[in-house]
Amino acid sequence: MVNAEMSQATLPNLTGIVDANRRTDLVMAGIGISVLIVAMSLLAAVVIDLIVGGWPRLINPDFYLNFPSRHPLQAGIVSAWVGTILVMLVTAGIAIPLGVGAGVYLEEYAARNWITDFIEINVSNLAGVPSIIYGLLALGLFIHGFGLGETILTAGLVLALLILPVIIVSTREAIRGIPLDLREAAYGLGADKWQTVRLYVLPAARSGILTGTIVGLARAIGEAAPVITIGALTFIAFLPPSPIQSSPPFINFEWLESPFTIMPIQMFNWVSRPQAEFHINAAAAGVILMLMTLAMNGIAIWLRYHLRRQIR
Amino acid sequence: MRASESFLRRRALWGSFAGGCLLIAAASSVFVTLGIVYVLVTESMGFFAQIALLDFLTDTQWTPVFENAHFGVMTLVSATVTVAGIALAVSIPAGLALAIYLSEYARREVRETVKPCLELLEGVPTVVYGYFTLLFFTPLLQTFIPGLEGFNMLGPGMVMGIMILPYTASVSEDAMRAVPSGLREAGYALGYSRFRVAMRVVVPAAFSGITAAFILGMSRAVGETMVVAIAAGQNPNFSFNPTEGAATITAYIVQMAMGDLPHDSIAYQSVFAAGIVLFVITLTFNLIGFFLRRRFKEVY
Repeated sequence: MVNAEMSQATLPNLTGIVDANRRTDLVMAGIGISVLIVAMSLLAAVVIDLIVGGWPRLINPDFYLNFPSRHPLQAGIVSAWVGTILVMLVTAGIAIPLGVGAGVYLEEYAARNWITDFIEINVSNLAGVPSIIYGLLALGLFIHGFGLGETILTAGLVLALLILPVIIVSTREAIRGIPLDLREAAYGLGADKWQTVRLYVLPAARSGILTGTIVGLARAIGEAAPVITIGALTFIAFLPPSPIQSSPPFINFEWLESPFTIMPIQMFNWVSRPQAEFHINAAAAGVILMLMTLAMNGIAIWLRYHLRRQIR
Repeated sequence: MRASESFLRRRALWGSFAGGCLLIAAASSVFVTLGIVYVLVTESMGFFAQIALLDFLTDTQWTPVFENAHFGVMTLVSATVTVAGIALAVSIPAGLALAIYLSEYARREVRETVKPCLELLEGVPTVVYGYFTLLFFTPLLQTFIPGLEGFNMLGPGMVMGIMILPYTASVSEDAMRAVPSGLREAGYALGYSRFRVAMRVVVPAAFSGITAAFILGMSRAVGETMVVAIAAGQNPNFSFNPTEGAATITAYIVQMAMGDLPHDSIAYQSVFAAGIVLFVITLTFNLIGFFLRRRFKEVY
């Protein structure tokens, strides 16, 4: 059909075809850009809506230092942000060694066979399992099965499992980007496999792994669904015991077994209340939550593009 | 001599110890899957002992805490499908247009700036999108659609469509960029315009990858929790009408989990029965998506 068009084309209608093509190209680019603008303005609307909605609470220092309360004007987020930090400590402590270890195994050690294939399919499927299902895993297994209770440890553990695929996949990508020459040079000097991995491959892949880890943790910070099912309380008027103490042995782990709340849960609780005064608190909590996740994502994105430029 | 022998022996020992640890780490992901399946099956066994599977799949009422309890999971599935359908209706055309623009039209510098911005969109916590949908987007829609309820499926569906856009667009763009440039050049040599090359060469060649992108996006929309739990209402309602509110599977799980259910009650077990349905739906989509994606990687 195109050939027929072309062969019958005389000069004037050939320029007509070219012009028409230019126009469709322009229209297509316009559509693409407008989709982009719509998406970005949604992001802007979210940010502005939250800041405007939460402003009266955001500028009040009590908001950051008070416990939740029945009175919206006295309610604060101190137990939520402390809880978020403690849960993230557990999550990072579990997810990083497991995820990096699994990534290294799949990339450096695994033989090409059906077991590896199976693990790969499994990881990619786990990445797509809805986060609320992880919440059911925690409810059925960690709480009713292992008796871990509704504690910081349980929450940190379930969020670690949730972001495991993210860390595994980014570790593998980072390792895959390391040239084979580096490994061969290490073997040439007499290093064995583990020495090569530990002394050359992992340090070279460090920043890529770090990026993936930050993205994973940023996702964990914002997740409410898997923690809601384990009964994270929203009315916590105390802080977990401090991990650091002044007397020997200076650290203690009692905080792991403490009840807790986290930022997204606190926000969900406030947004589900009918009174509009609590919605102000929800918006303010949302701003802080977004600052946390966007800052982490921003660092990760910057790191990645900075790295890519360096490699080039 | 003996010193170096013992060094080598120690090194070999450490090496195999490390290898073993790494294998355990890799295997842990399999145990997570096994754990999920185990929990879903064992916790809902009591449920299916009392409720016939046929009733579960065909009843159109879901009233777990009523005196005369009904457990028709299709009530929850209808809302889940409606919301996910709206999300896809927004995400497919928008994602396709964006992917074509990024892969075929945009200069490299533009692409390198746009993709990080899109990633930021993915970084917003879903509970924040829920707040935005309930208190900003729905009131906005209500000015255009008078009959829209305060809790509805339209608003969450549309917001979710944009929410999964970075994902669907970037996976389809990957698929398009994997199409060898020789195919494009052949198109240009025939006098095709960019638009024609995109529509007749690149999109058909990348079709399995693009399909995978939207199937995986669908899976995300089905499993998305906080937006619907906040903005679509928690009232089980067998309805495909987007202006009404209805509880999705995920919203039901959240709602039940918030009340303190006794461990052996049927309501507690129904949470896991709903969870199985959700897991099977998303697993099916994920596996289809996985194999489609793998296929486009193999072809080129």
